[in-house]
Amino acid sequence: MDNAITTNMLVEVKPKKGNNALFVWLGLGLVFWVFIYYFLKRAADFISFNVLGLSPSSHLGGSVSFFLYDAPKVLMLLVLVVFGIGIIRSFFTPERTRGLLAGKKETIGNIMAASLGIVTPFCSCSACPLFIGFVEAGIPFGVTLSFLIASPMINEVALVLLYGMFGWKVALLYIGTGLVIAISAGWIIGRLKLERFIEDWVLERRNGAGVAVSDLTGMTFENRVRYGLRAVRDIVGKVWPYLLGGIAIGAVIHGYVPNGVLASFMGKGAWWSVPLAVIIGVPIYSNAAGVIPVVQALLEKGAALGTVLAFMMAVVGLSLPEVIILRRVLKWQLLAVFIGVVAVGIIITGYLFNAVL
Amino acid sequence: MNIKILGPGCINCLALGKKVREVVQDLGIEAEIEKLTDMRQIMQYPILSTPGLVINEKLVSSGRLPSKDEIKEFIVAAKA
Repeated sequence: MDNAITTNMLVEVKPKKGNNALFVWLGLGLVFWVFIYYFLKRAADFISFNVLGLSPSSHLGGSVSFFLYDAPKVLMLLVLVVFGIGIIRSFFTPERTRGLLAGKKETIGNIMAASLGIVTPFCSCSACPLFIGFVEAGIPFGVTLSFLIASPMINEVALVLLYGMFGWKVALLYIGTGLVIAISAGWIIGRLKLERFIEDWVLERRNGAGVAVSDLTGMTFENRVRYGLRAVRDIVGKVWPYLLGGIAIGAVIHGYVPNGVLASFMGKGAWWSVPLAVIIGVPIYSNAAGVIPVVQALLEKGAALGTVLAFMMAVVGLSLPEVIILRRVLKWQLLAVFIGVVAVGIIITGYLFNAVL
Repeated sequence: MNIKILGPGCINCLALGKKVREVVQDLGIEAEIEKLTDMRQIMQYPILSTPGLVINEKLVSSGRLPSKDEIKEFIVAAKA
C-alpha cells in the first residue's frame, strides 16, 4: 500500500487550523441549529401573519407560511443528515465493499450488498466500473445487482425529506421497502441465471481482481469531519435550487388547490394509479430534492401515500441515464429484466402501502 | 507526463478534466491530457468508481473529484 497515495486521497490541503477550532465551530453550529429549528414554525407564522399581514385562511397566507416554514426546515435537516451520512460514508469505499462482499453466497450476499449500497459513496455513472470490478472479484451477479439497485433508490436526501415532512415512520418504511426491493430483485435475477446476457467482454475479465487504489480507512476523525462538510457543500450546494423550486410548487399546491381534488385519480380507489405512477416515474430522473416537496403537496390534496411513494421511488431509483450507462455492460434482454423486476417491486410496494396505511 | 481522465462523461468527469487542465497550465508543465470514455479502455486500470485520474499509467485517484491542490500534489509526486 503506497502511503503517499493514501494520505493524498484523504483531505483537501488546507492551511492547518488547530483541531480544536474545527470542533468548537462544529459544536456551536449544532447548538445553533437546534435552537433555530425549534423556533422555525413560530417564526414562519409570525413573519407571514404579523409582519406581512397575510390572513392564515387565505390562499396566499397559506402558501407563504408553508414556504417560510418548510424551506429552511428542510434545508437544515438536509445539512445535518448529509453531514452525518458523509461521516458514515467516510468509513466505506467501493473497494472495501467489494472486499466485504467477495466470497459471500447469495441471500446473505444480497442482504449485505443492499445494506452496503446505502452507505457506500457511489455515483450512478460508476455503475459500469463497479459492476465489472465486482464480477472480477467473483461476487455473484445477483448480489452486485442488489447493490446497484439499493444505492440510488435509498437516497439520503429523500430520507431526510420524507422524515421532515411525514415523520420517522414513513422514512423507515422507505428504507425498509427500498432494502426489500433491492434484496429480492437482486436475488430473483440471480436465480434466473441470466449471466449469458452480460456483455461478453465483461465476462472474459473474470480472472482475478486488480489491485485497486487503497481505501480510506486510515482517516483521522478530523478528516472524516472535513469529508462530511465537503459532502454538505457538494450535495446541498447542488440540490438546493431544486429543493426551493419543489417547495415553492408544493406551497402553491398547498395554498391554492382545493382539498380532495386528486383523490379521484390518484386516490386509493383508482387501482391503476400505482402502475401508472411507476411507469411515468421510471424514465424521469430527478433528484429527490425536487420531487418530494411536490409529493407532499399532492398527498395533502388527496393522493394516496402508496401511489405517491411508488412514484418517488420510480423516479429516484431507476433513471434513464443510469440505464443507458448499464447498457454498456448488460445486453438489452438483461437490462429489460432488471428494469422490469425493480418496477414490479415498486408497484407491489405501492399497493401494499395503499392497503396498509 | 501523460495524464488520463477516466469517465463516461458525467458532470464529475468533465469537471475533473477542467481542473486538471487548469492545474497543468498553472504549473506550466508539459503534459499530454487524454480523456477515456470507452469502458473497455477505462477498465484497463484497477478502477471501481469513476471519475478516475491516471498519471503516467498509474491510477492516483478514483471515485471522487480531488481539489486542485490535491491534483497539484499528484502531479508533483509523479514528476519526482
